[in-house]
Amino acid sequence: MAGLELLSDQGYRLDGRKATELRKVQARMGVFAQADGSAYIEQGNTKALAVVYGPHEVRGSRSRTLNDRAVINCQYSMATFSTSERKRRPHGDRKSTEMSLHLKQTFEAAVLTNLYPRSQIDIYVKILQSDGGNYSAGVNAATLAVIDAGIPLRDYVCACTAGFVDETPLTDLCHAEESGGGTSLAMALLPRGGHIALLQMDARLHQDHLETLMEAAMTACKSISKVLDQVVRQHLQEVSALTGE
Amino acid sequence: MTSNKSAVWKTVSMAADMRLPTIRKQVSLSASLSALDGKDLVVPGDVITSDTGFMRGHGTYMDEEKLTASVAGEVERVNKLICVRPLKTRFNGEVGDVVVGRVTEVQQKRWKVETNSRLDSVLLLSSVNLPGGELRRRSAEDELAMRDYLLEGDLISAEVQSVFSDGALSLHTRSLKYGKLGQGVLIQLSPSLIKRQKTHFHNLPCGTSIILGNNGFVWLYPTPGHQDEEAGGYYTSLEPVSLSDREVISRLRNCLLALSAHKVMLYDTSVLYCYESSMPHQIKDILKPEVMEEVVMVTRQKLMEQEG
Repeated sequence: MAGLELLSDQGYRLDGRKATELRKVQARMGVFAQADGSAYIEQGNTKALAVVYGPHEVRGSRSRTLNDRAVINCQYSMATFSTSERKRRPHGDRKSTEMSLHLKQTFEAAVLTNLYPRSQIDIYVKILQSDGGNYSAGVNAATLAVIDAGIPLRDYVCACTAGFVDETPLTDLCHAEESGGGTSLAMALLPRGGHIALLQMDARLHQDHLETLMEAAMTACKSISKVLDQVVRQHLQEVSALTGE
Repeated sequence: MTSNKSAVWKTVSMAADMRLPTIRKQVSLSASLSALDGKDLVVPGDVITSDTGFMRGHGTYMDEEKLTASVAGEVERVNKLICVRPLKTRFNGEVGDVVVGRVTEVQQKRWKVETNSRLDSVLLLSSVNLPGGELRRRSAEDELAMRDYLLEGDLISAEVQSVFSDGALSLHTRSLKYGKLGQGVLIQLSPSLIKRQKTHFHNLPCGTSIILGNNGFVWLYPTPGHQDEEAGGYYTSLEPVSLSDREVISRLRNCLLALSAHKVMLYDTSVLYCYESSMPHQIKDILKPEVMEEVVMVTRQKLMEQEG
């Protein structure tokens, strides 16, 4: 068999994780003073920064204004130094445009946009270091940034990727596993109600396996939501301890 | 080689303050847990109550008959009404609020003003005092001369006159207190840090005046010598500001940034105490994290003593 052995006989992956183990997640809210909301997240070696502006008056083309809800404007970009080969265009290429659209769809499902008619919410996501799961790191960072901005959400949006190797679902794929050419499923979940905000799968997978794969992705999303929850509560306590005195 | 080195040394002889990254200090939660005791903190998706006897307020939504939080913040209960107040939001204006804003657009009979709220605010031609102070109907000539009063980019102070159904604010400047702002410094802070008070215009004893806009925009300017009644709030002095005044304003600006970084509520007393406690330091040093921390700590102590 050509290529890397993604899952060893002992059940360990390339980076020494078990099949359904996640990478270490570290996050921080309120990293910028100028923006309405901002957050930084590290999921293993994938690092993402999200910034939220708004809700504010629709800028640019007035015609985009919606009279019953807010417009969500997303921009996904990757720093030129984020990948092993230097990138030419940080944003605006096909892949980034697609990612921006996915982000937009995800957050339209979660943000209570009907509370802000004729306004606009800007979400900017930048990947500083890319090691697989860029979309999910971006979504998780953006969730924290939206919460930091005080914009009403139905629930956290948590995203995670999952793959399928040797009849076993793997969660939170790293770059090597993602580029191996196998199945990769990205899921964004509203964990409390179990609503799926976005589901995307590349490559083929037998229908029988889809359920187990989705199950694994959902469990992973729920674990991530616990970590994000801790981060938000910690931030909340710190800030209200300072103002409360 | 040696000559080369000395040349390099000469170029870097200018003093520069450099520092290495340091570990972020954890806010000690144990010391201030008493402050958190009475607070009910929630995050989006938290069920506040499944009792149907309550009314749904801001920051909440009904999810399958359960009252659920939609923002991260503190729960506020007023009788049957439950709201969640987020830590940080855009400005939610109320009638009577003092705001500082920037004109973004001149339209027919109105100016659009950016006030850090979720829609641009409106300043109608009929709700300004025209220069000359006379009260009369606004004519077509006045409409044409709108750009003579306020241009795109101008800063104004105003009061919220009413709130439209979509949440946009209508402003007025029908008092000599309000109008176009001339020379000074604007600082943009979080609206939640501005303490609501009887007056938001203060002449500080250090020779500077301050407008603490409810929308988090703070304007610092040298105290004007005399009010010119005729100009109706549109007179802008272009006299040079003395160095001492500028130094006081810069110090106040840095103090305000320090207070906001440490989330201290802003009002005349806290600003003044911070100014006083920053005096041992150079103006530019106030922005250094360690000095900032010290200055804010002394300010907090003074405020505690004053409260008794």
